[in-house]
Amino acid sequence: MQLTVGPNQFFWDTERWAALYDELATAPVDRVVLGELVCSKRLPFFQDRIPQAISTLAEAGKTVVLTSLALVTLKRERKLTAALPEMGVEVEVNDLTTLAYLPEGTPFSVGPLVNVYNESTLAWLAGRGATRICLPPELPLASVRILAAAGADLGVAIEVWGHGRVPLAISGRCYHARMHGRTKDNCQFACEDDPDGLDVRTMDDQPFLAMNGVQTLSDSYVSCVHQTQALADAGVAALRLSPQSTGFAKICGLYRQLLVGTGDATSVAAAICGMDENTRLSDGFLTGARGVDWSGTA
Amino acid sequence: MVMEIVCPAGTPAALRAAVKAGAHTIYCGFADETNARNFPGLNFDRTEMREGIAFAHFHGAKVLVAINTFPRAGDEAIWHRAVGDAESCGADAVILADIGLLDHAARSHPGLRRHVSVQAAAANADMINLYAVEFGIRRVVLPRVLSVPEIAAINAETEVETEVFVFGGLCVMAEGRCSLSSYATGQSPNMNGACSPAEHVEYNDQAGVLSARLGGFTIHRAAPGESAPYPTLCKGCFSAGDKSGHLFEDPVSLNAEHLIPQLQKAGVTALKIEGRQRSRSYVAQVVRNFRAAVDAADAGLPMPEGMMAQLSEGQSSTAGAYRKTWR
Amino acid sequence: MPQSSPTIPKFPALPAVAMRALPLAPLSISMTAYARRVAKSHPGLFRRLGVHDHARFVLDPTDLPFVICLEPNGGTPRVQVMRGPGEGAARIAGPLAALLGLVHGAFDGDALFFSRDLVIEGDTAAALALRNAVDDAELDLSQEIAAMSGPLAAPIKRLIGFAERRTGVSLTRPEEVGAW
Repeated sequence: MQLTVGPNQFFWDTERWAALYDELATAPVDRVVLGELVCSKRLPFFQDRIPQAISTLAEAGKTVVLTSLALVTLKRERKLTAALPEMGVEVEVNDLTTLAYLPEGTPFSVGPLVNVYNESTLAWLAGRGATRICLPPELPLASVRILAAAGADLGVAIEVWGHGRVPLAISGRCYHARMHGRTKDNCQFACEDDPDGLDVRTMDDQPFLAMNGVQTLSDSYVSCVHQTQALADAGVAALRLSPQSTGFAKICGLYRQLLVGTGDATSVAAAICGMDENTRLSDGFLTGARGVDWSGTA
Repeated sequence: MVMEIVCPAGTPAALRAAVKAGAHTIYCGFADETNARNFPGLNFDRTEMREGIAFAHFHGAKVLVAINTFPRAGDEAIWHRAVGDAESCGADAVILADIGLLDHAARSHPGLRRHVSVQAAAANADMINLYAVEFGIRRVVLPRVLSVPEIAAINAETEVETEVFVFGGLCVMAEGRCSLSSYATGQSPNMNGACSPAEHVEYNDQAGVLSARLGGFTIHRAAPGESAPYPTLCKGCFSAGDKSGHLFEDPVSLNAEHLIPQLQKAGVTALKIEGRQRSRSYVAQVVRNFRAAVDAADAGLPMPEGMMAQLSEGQSSTAGAYRKTWR
Repeated sequence: MPQSSPTIPKFPALPAVAMRALPLAPLSISMTAYARRVAKSHPGLFRRLGVHDHARFVLDPTDLPFVICLEPNGGTPRVQVMRGPGEGAARIAGPLAALLGLVHGAFDGDALFFSRDLVIEGDTAAALALRNAVDDAELDLSQEIAAMSGPLAAPIKRLIGFAERRTGVSLTRPEEVGAW
């Protein structure tokens, strides 16, 4: 199986953003998806650095892919979306609007925020030129198996969410701004202080979600360490790892060890948790009763 | 032209109540996972659907059948059957969200009118026109993330009719793209047609303080005398940083009654009322009110004063994303 | 504080006290007979309960000194009127007038719940299924009771008549006024 790095979901300062891709050039990953997924207002801060990141990664032998926004509503956002295919790299569609701007026959990949729940949808996207689809994270293993088989028949590589705080919702409203008593249009970039999202706790002070501007993520870091073998057996082509602010290259290394058999699931999970005592893992979407559940012991 | 009132029916009794109260159009679903309000005790079996549609047609009303969850891999036949049965029951249109199902309906039931569900989150003219070209859709239910000027801009760029929500429960997240419920309870709007499902809700009354837990997470406490919202995740009470409260949305419901003239000017074809889980009494009251409002708007008269606050969640309402400051 | 919506009349305290002496066994038998009658005339009501058609529901008129335990029992319902809290999978509590108003479709269950005139405990899904099934059945208690005859009808007729007079709540299904 391959390792794909998903687009950074958070708002980092430009230097930290660029440093991630410098670091990934030497990390044991195969594909890197970059660009702005969550909020179009963040893009101007690192837009100019994208070409450099692309060439650094490409020179290091990585396949580089550019993501679309997750939710396109404004005129400015539609223009940005229209410009994506002109960047000269493969595009990852995370909002179907992008399809309207991809010239017929252009191969593309589909990200986890497009609803691909069944064979018909997969087949339709394949017919439009999809060559790789990262499945929605809430899909259970039973569906993944069926879709991986359908993908194999159609020549579409199937990817599954492997690691990271998982995107649960996207909104027109910015919750970071709202919390600071501002509107989205006058957000003053309230999300930049939380490089892994802001922890959201229940009334019993239980960690539950993470706030990231217009996006809501899980508190727990989804990790498929215990399902990796089952996913490989199902014919899944790649695991998707989602960037986090600390130790991300090390995490990529741990998953690579798992894939090549030099690390086992329990020790990889322990190593991930050992990097930060506040890391909680989950894998319930794949095999549990609910997403937040974790099949490991830690 | 009078704007079309599209109103919910969770039961045959609610459908009849809505028709009698003056609804132009009713939407409803089959009693299974194919529709996004798959709640206990609700929805229509095939016979009820056929009879309900006949009743509505006899009184000059239309019926739309919502088949707006995302078919499960390996089990698409269940959803295909629902589309076929909707057509044979006489439905005026089906409301679909999944690309694969839209494609199937366009190929196998070309004569059946297709609407795009709000669950498809088609939030701009490019995407709407893509659906029109690919699947021949005639109407789109717009997601609740758009302001009135944005809706007007969409209508200027598409031939597809637009339908917008004007009253009832309010999703603050883009619909069809939310796994909050699935994360906390294992039941997902997209896959199971249930958000924050009742079987995962626990109420606990301790000396008048009513706690509500969903999937074991305590997301609301109401002091004695305080109104008690249903524990929907996005309207729960949380803390983050040094703030606590309804961080995503207050337990309010949408009421865009006063925006009807603007929505009409923006080119909107139909006004949708949420609430297939509500009673026939609610449906009748809301329909009467909105029917009077669209008739007034059409005659150029001022909007009648609303009496609907009491039916609202948390007993207060918002104009939602229709006003830009909501964001 | 939000206003109660709509205004739910409370059963007056004095007659409620007097009802403490009411023999409950005949009432249980009568209400079972009544429920079976409804089951016969509205089979769809029990079909709508789906997986909850064997749950035990506690209906608690909070202004009366007893609770009503209802077991749909797959279409052959049993009703037991008892003092004390009662036991069941789900409990629906509120003033008698609110509970009756729900049955008649005069009130909306969600609205009563939001205003806390109605309290649900236990298996929320079962309670919802019952509420939705009853809402669809378009029951008219007065009509059903008028159609009942014999000694079994008497205790219910007395109770309902009493409730109607004292609370001022109509126990007949309100006519839908519509734009016909």
